[in-house]
Amino acid sequence: MALVLNEEQTMLKDAAAGFLAEKATVAHQRALRDEGDERGYSESVWKEMAEMGWAGIAIAEAYGGLGYGYVGLGLVLEQTGANLSASPLQSSVLIGASVIAELGSEKQKEEWLPAIASGNKLVTLALQEGNHHAPLATAAAAARDGDGWVLNGEKVLVLDASSADAFIVIARTSGSSGDEQGLSAFLLEAGSAGATVTARSMVDSRNAGLLALKDARVGAEQLLGEEGGAWRGLSRALDIAAIGLAAEMLGLSTEAFTRTVDYLKERKQFGRVIGSFQGLQHRAAELFAELELCRSIVLQALQGIDNDDDNLPLLASAAKAKLCQITQQVTNEAIQMHGGIGMTDEHEIGFFIKRARVAQHTLGDYNYHLDRFAQLGGF
Amino acid sequence: MSDLEQFRQETRAWLEENCPDSMRTPITGFEDLYNGGRNPEVSHPDQVVWCERMAEKGWTVPHWPREYGGGGLEKAEVKVLGEEMSRIGARRALDSFGISMLGPALLEFGNEEQKLEHLPKIARGEIRWCQGYSEPNAGSDLASLATRAEDKGDHYLINGQKVWTSYADKADWIFCLVRTDNTGTKHEGISFVLFDMDQPGVTVKPIKLISGSSPFCETFFDNARAEKKNLVGEDGKGWSIAKYLLTHEREMISGFGAGPKKTVGQMALETIGADASGRLANSVLRQNIAQYQLDTMAFGATMARVGDEVKSGKGLGPASSIFKYYGTELNKRRNELNLAVLGEYALGWEGDEYNGGTVSRDWLRSKGNSIEGGTSEVQLNIVAKRVLGLPDA
Ligand SMILES: Cc1cc2nc3c(=O)[nH]c(=O)nc-3n(C[C@H](O)[C@H](O)[C@H](O)COP(=O)(O)OP(=O)(O)OC[C@H]3O[C@@H](n4cnc5c(N)ncnc54)[C@H](O)[C@@H]3O)c2cc1C
Repeated sequence: MALVLNEEQTMLKDAAAGFLAEKATVAHQRALRDEGDERGYSESVWKEMAEMGWAGIAIAEAYGGLGYGYVGLGLVLEQTGANLSASPLQSSVLIGASVIAELGSEKQKEEWLPAIASGNKLVTLALQEGNHHAPLATAAAAARDGDGWVLNGEKVLVLDASSADAFIVIARTSGSSGDEQGLSAFLLEAGSAGATVTARSMVDSRNAGLLALKDARVGAEQLLGEEGGAWRGLSRALDIAAIGLAAEMLGLSTEAFTRTVDYLKERKQFGRVIGSFQGLQHRAAELFAELELCRSIVLQALQGIDNDDDNLPLLASAAKAKLCQITQQVTNEAIQMHGGIGMTDEHEIGFFIKRARVAQHTLGDYNYHLDRFAQLGGF
Repeated sequence: MSDLEQFRQETRAWLEENCPDSMRTPITGFEDLYNGGRNPEVSHPDQVVWCERMAEKGWTVPHWPREYGGGGLEKAEVKVLGEEMSRIGARRALDSFGISMLGPALLEFGNEEQKLEHLPKIARGEIRWCQGYSEPNAGSDLASLATRAEDKGDHYLINGQKVWTSYADKADWIFCLVRTDNTGTKHEGISFVLFDMDQPGVTVKPIKLISGSSPFCETFFDNARAEKKNLVGEDGKGWSIAKYLLTHEREMISGFGAGPKKTVGQMALETIGADASGRLANSVLRQNIAQYQLDTMAFGATMARVGDEVKSGKGLGPASSIFKYYGTELNKRRNELNLAVLGEYALGWEGDEYNGGTVSRDWLRSKGNSIEGGTSEVQLNIVAKRVLGLPDA
């Protein structure tokens, strides 16, 4: 597949950019934060996004989606990154739907995917337990109980936890920390007995929370995939999710960079615009070069999902590691090059660095993915 | 059968018959690259045979028009030829500055007579060219060059000095930037001329590099003569030709480190070993290698993306402006990692036990990648000003 966008994809990208620049900008995000909105995103804007079909872009037509593939979803995510638009596009569409598509039975897919695609249901993944993404270290327990299981454990950084309709809980039915075997996935509806959500206030002021499971009971029909055999499908869904987050970060860092270059052309010191100082010019040019590499690796990885590339794990870790590295560098430079004004809450550039670090951390940061990239490369 | 498929079959059969076995082995160093010229240097006599056969078909420059010694092939056919050559591991028959630099400039700016005169000789490897751009006081600031050319009616008389002229001691002709007028701005009054190096007014003195070899020279002109018919473009308008040629030079240099090699990570496992978890035993080195391989992969994807964008008619986007900078910096990183991974072996300078010091010599030579053809700093200046639109100081 050629590493270029076709006409349809370019139109989708432009349409997404236009809509978000009007309805879900940094200013809107600031308003949601200041109002203390627990959801962290606008329900009505999300409805409009779903009406345009965005929630079903990557979901197969057989399940009520557009069957448009992940390159399409990646383009929209990139635009949400550029505008810092919060929505359940990451939690439910990118991650939740991908896990269900990978692990779900025909019946489960028919029940959940169309509901996600229409924006009617929000399904989110409850995976992380400690300070870091470490899926194989999962300790939450699923103990047999008749023809079902009881779940116990605590999950952090559950995206959109307080507005979710259902959680995909990853828990151990057997094995111990580090084992691939023994991990199972369960669909648990919000409000189920023994499941408590506590909203957590995060630096990006989006909706993430804690899911505490205390003897929460799930039946056989809630098991996604095979008992103890969730890892293969989960791992592929995590690769897809990492690539989608990389696409969001591509939009975020490109926009932070563009705003910074604009500022370099405007701010004057020593009687001239600061963009004429070569010390700043070279740093900006280096970031430009790195962002071009980011654009290529993200597109290659998105195409890798749609083409069923055998190297998807490597592509995913490459894309996430590279975007984490450069997003961190760009957002740091953005603040530095803005000087004092960049430190103020009033200026928008600070919103970029805050969302950046959460997106970087989610489902594995630079250290996690570079380590995995090396392992997959055989060293 | 499609025309292209037929072309493939014919090409395959022709290559099978005509490519000598000795030319199907991987090259082991610069000396295996054949540059042609009046007194060609060869590491194997078959190089001459192979070049002649390929030139006969026009395949030393398959994409050039037939009337200029090229193969007149379509893009798709050029690709097939390349694929069929890789299939049997055939070496390129001819590498030269004539092909990679002067040829594209003449095709774009030369008049018909100049094209007919010079291009076929480049294609057949008969004339070897060198590049007379840099001077002792005109390096990054190339446009401040001072070599004078005096108008003598049917010819120019040239006086001055060039420096860092690669292979000037082996070249037959030079494409040279000279000043024909110094009344305007420094970019005006520069002319692009071609002349024979084999004349009394031209002297070359090889300069030894830190890597031990002497690929480049000081070149002195003392009443050297260039015929007027060998002025390319207009008198005093050579700067845009010079710049056009530089883009082709940069493209060539940014590809220097490419090619199928063992990954550094695999090399490192062999020399340093793994820990109990299978990871490279030194975690600091491991991170450096992983970051290098990651950047190499992303850079490769960027080259592919720009290529695909051009093919789809979008034209050469701004991403291409980073190739020279990024590609050469990557190659330097690769060479530093070679030293880190191979340790004492990499420091050998001579002797069979060090394979003649190839690792250390390649490492030293790689330092020039970010200087030749416009330094990394100059490339960053170009990106900052032309692409990002940042103002001059
Ligand atoms: C291996 C090799 C082969 C070569 N072959 C040829 C050849 O065949 N023909 C030919 O004509 N030339 C050739 N060159 C010369 C090459 O093009 C020059 O060396 C190059 O343009 C730099 O010029 P300089 O050496 O005078 O360095 P300088 O221009 O003096 O640069 C010195 C340092 O100052 C920096 N600098 C200069 N200006 C600026 C600026 N505006 N902003 C920031 N930093 C700046 C440079 O980046 C560099 O780091 C070759 C060079 C090498 C190393």
